[in-house]
Amino acid sequence: MTLNTAPTPTAVRPVPQAAHPKRRKGKSPYPYWFYLPAAVIYTALFLVPTVVSFFFSLTRWNLSEFTFIGLDNFVQLFQEPALIKGLTNTFIYGLVTSVLKVVLGMLLAVLLTSQIIARGYLRSVMFFPVLLSSIGVGIVFTALMDPRNGMINEGLAAIGIQGPAWLTDPAWALISVALVDVWKGVGLATVIYIAGIVSIPQEYFEAAKMDGASSFKSFFNITLPLARPATATVIILSLIGGLRSFDLIWAMTKGGPGFTSDVIASVIYKQYQAGFYGLSTAGNVVLFVIVTAIILPLSMFLNRKEVEQ
Amino acid sequence: MSTALKRYGLGVLAIAVSVVVFIIPLLFMVLTAVKDRKEAAKLDFAWPTNFQFVENFTAVLSARKFMLVTAFINSTILTVASVTILVILAAMVAWVLQRRKSRWNGVANFLILSGLIIPPAIVPTIWVLQSMGLFKTLPGLILIEVAFGLSFCVMLFRAFIASIPKELDEAAVIDGCGPVRLFFRVIFPLLRSVIITVIVVQSVHIFNDFQNPLYFLPGDANATVQLTLFNFQSQFTTNYNLLFMNILLITVPPFIMYLFFNRQIVAGMTAGAVKG
Amino acid sequence: MAAKSKQRWAALAGGVTVLALALTGCSGGNSNSGGDAKTITWLVDNAENTVAAAEKVAEEFTAANPGIKVEVETRPQGGDGDNIVKTRLSTGDMADVFNYNTGSLLQQINPEENLQPITNETYLSNVTDSFKPVVTSGSEVYGVPFSTGMAGAVLYNKKVYEKLGLSVPKTWDEFMDNSRKIKDAGIAPIIQSYQTTWTSQLFVLGDFANVVTADPSFPADYTANKAKYATNAAAVKGFEHLEEAGKAGLFNEDFASTTYQQAQDMLVNGEGAQYPILSFALNNIKVTYPDKLNDLGLFPLPGDDASKNKLTVWMPGGTYIPKSSKNMEEAKKLQAFIASKAGCDAQTAAVGAAGPYLVKDCELPSDVPDAVKDMLPYFEDQAKNSPALEFLSPVKGPALEQITVEVGSGIRSAKDGAALYDEDVKKQAKQLNLPGWN
Repeated sequence: MTLNTAPTPTAVRPVPQAAHPKRRKGKSPYPYWFYLPAAVIYTALFLVPTVVSFFFSLTRWNLSEFTFIGLDNFVQLFQEPALIKGLTNTFIYGLVTSVLKVVLGMLLAVLLTSQIIARGYLRSVMFFPVLLSSIGVGIVFTALMDPRNGMINEGLAAIGIQGPAWLTDPAWALISVALVDVWKGVGLATVIYIAGIVSIPQEYFEAAKMDGASSFKSFFNITLPLARPATATVIILSLIGGLRSFDLIWAMTKGGPGFTSDVIASVIYKQYQAGFYGLSTAGNVVLFVIVTAIILPLSMFLNRKEVEQ
Repeated sequence: MSTALKRYGLGVLAIAVSVVVFIIPLLFMVLTAVKDRKEAAKLDFAWPTNFQFVENFTAVLSARKFMLVTAFINSTILTVASVTILVILAAMVAWVLQRRKSRWNGVANFLILSGLIIPPAIVPTIWVLQSMGLFKTLPGLILIEVAFGLSFCVMLFRAFIASIPKELDEAAVIDGCGPVRLFFRVIFPLLRSVIITVIVVQSVHIFNDFQNPLYFLPGDANATVQLTLFNFQSQFTTNYNLLFMNILLITVPPFIMYLFFNRQIVAGMTAGAVKG
Repeated sequence: MAAKSKQRWAALAGGVTVLALALTGCSGGNSNSGGDAKTITWLVDNAENTVAAAEKVAEEFTAANPGIKVEVETRPQGGDGDNIVKTRLSTGDMADVFNYNTGSLLQQINPEENLQPITNETYLSNVTDSFKPVVTSGSEVYGVPFSTGMAGAVLYNKKVYEKLGLSVPKTWDEFMDNSRKIKDAGIAPIIQSYQTTWTSQLFVLGDFANVVTADPSFPADYTANKAKYATNAAAVKGFEHLEEAGKAGLFNEDFASTTYQQAQDMLVNGEGAQYPILSFALNNIKVTYPDKLNDLGLFPLPGDDASKNKLTVWMPGGTYIPKSSKNMEEAKKLQAFIASKAGCDAQTAAVGAAGPYLVKDCELPSDVPDAVKDMLPYFEDQAKNSPALEFLSPVKGPALEQITVEVGSGIRSAKDGAALYDEDVKKQAKQLNLPGWN
């Protein structure tokens, strides 16, 4: 078993720094044909169908025939009473889940790379929810969060707290699902962070220790900045996941009670379920524009910082 | 704060929290899965008076003509094949994308991002699969999972390739490595920790997927594990014990896989930590 | 339109009377064709009862037609299932035979384009005339009935009623009076189960017989975009009743998190007294509480006028053949079998019957539940029932169940809810290109 799970300065050292690689003309060591197999599959099975479906967002479509109706679907969509609520909910959900995943994931990763006892146990148990399917988690937590017979409220009652009706109180439903999402997803964020922290050369920490830096200091001065690629990945992935989130919400509340925990994705899915295929692809276009408008600048910002490092 | 105090104090605290947050829900699932129908319906956290592990296990396994067994086989093939393809193709893309700056990078990045954002269009995708003769076949579904998973994998790989010094490539090129050897012999092994991450995450994702098999591989003979759960959920509306047994059973393969790969990550980490 | 529907239902009533008397043998197509053993596929939804009934029918069918095997495939229920059906139809990949809704939902799968017309098949004469309109599109008939007709009504616990000395309410006011007395006795008067959202619609959908009594032209006007739930005094009552009952605190305490299954448990065990629901719940109760099945009775959702107390009834789903089927002959034989006495008997043997069959000569078993017996007088007299709106008009919005959850929970007022539903149905009408909506 090799020890270098990630590149360390030791791995770089043998490279003669002075040597300039002579490039054979026209032959880059990074050939474009490396894109080819992936590009073929991706284009055929994702890009083409997506472009085709975007065309149908301008039609009224029942899968076998369509009528061109211009931008009517978009007009209809923005009149959708659930859409505004859905937009707000989507932002709340995306923000809550990604902030919690970033913060908790980072802290857990630091904890689990430090020398505490039962590290192996903790890592396994925390990752376990990631392995469960959304449907499974939905079933389990709907049972646990039952306001009267659910274990969570029974547990709270035992210490004298009256728990809310997690999934059926309009004020709580969305937050409850977001918390379960964090429960399910924090293990993944942690693993990404662990991989990031492990790849930080140990020498930095040793040097800091010798300089008498506290653990707090080395966390803020070494871990946090050097784990930036991991942070960027966790932020982007959990934010996209949060903005697009659908599985868990559908498994637990189906956007209810009423429309109170609807997000854009569930509004779109309901149109799809009802057979309004043109309308639902129009919804996908809107979702795409919104998420891109948030993620693209953010991703460029995070990547630029990364390059500056 | 002394090291020993930190080591044990924090550890004990973490274990206590983990028991409440993670172990109790897990235990709840296990207990419910071995109860009889009436007790399970209460959905409480109580020790079963009547252990029914074997009965429930066989009931779930044999339901709908041993559909779960077929499903395990299908899901395993699907997962192994698509994850293997994904890891290789995504790493290749990510490597070139990260290393070779060109004006196409922006376009490529945008296309990759859109793959993460846009929900796939089901019916046009079926049209494409039909025209290739791959609709309702396992290879067709494998390609679908590859296409839908590429974006995520490329993003993960790219972030970590960024941390591999470029000098390494250059040294290898001087040694006369062609692109293929450079990539598969030099770079690929260095990506081990992120490859493990991708394998774990994508296997779980594909193994747990139900939307894609539902649409692209219909029919009971083609069932995948999540579809059994999907079926049981409506079929066993009152049989929480069987429902939970099913959830547990289909979680076993990903868990074994995780334990296997987790040891590898942990081994690397401990070795690193011992130095310090 | 309303007048026409009465004729249909007169025929249904006739059919029921006949089935109570008739003893004549089955007239299904049992001609032995012999030849190679063929396997055809049959797609049904995955509800426990549907699968059990379909597998029994398939078994009996193969016994009667050696050489044809039927493989039952399942799909999810609800919207996911609808999508599977639409996707498979539009990609030419449907099973040889499949079950799907009748009435307004059938129009959404483009019968003319996707389904095999069976207007001229001899076995169609076994189907009661009242059923044919709900599986007709244009001038062709496409399906045969699977399972039984049912009612959207109030199931009540007779023991609770006896104990408190209550009688079956004929008007809304009596219903509310009863409910208050039940509440005083410490029992949940009206069970609602909003965890299973579709169950929340019954106050509105099940009230339709009262709507059409007060305003016979409502279905036609509604289809033509002339009548609205929010502005029609009769139609808005359903929403108002739901709001009133909720505000009066007559629901079970945890109605928001109660499931369909838990609601049945409450009703059967007497923790709750009345449950507005579709009568097919009786099939379920028969499985889980066979000994308590006859503690339950049924009455229509009451309206304002005791003399016009009518039942809102639902047609069963249909069994169809897609044009894409490569085993047309065998598929038709299966359809013929389902539309025969032997087909009904197989279903009854598997799951019992929660209402009358819509196939001529089919008999209800002698041990039919009391609640079904309560239904039959309404079925037999055409003046005492009306089909639900979805069988009289193609217009049906997808979001009603969320809206009724909101109205019942007090999140939205009845008036707002009705208006929101009127908005919701617009999309549906436009999608179907109905005249008067664009």
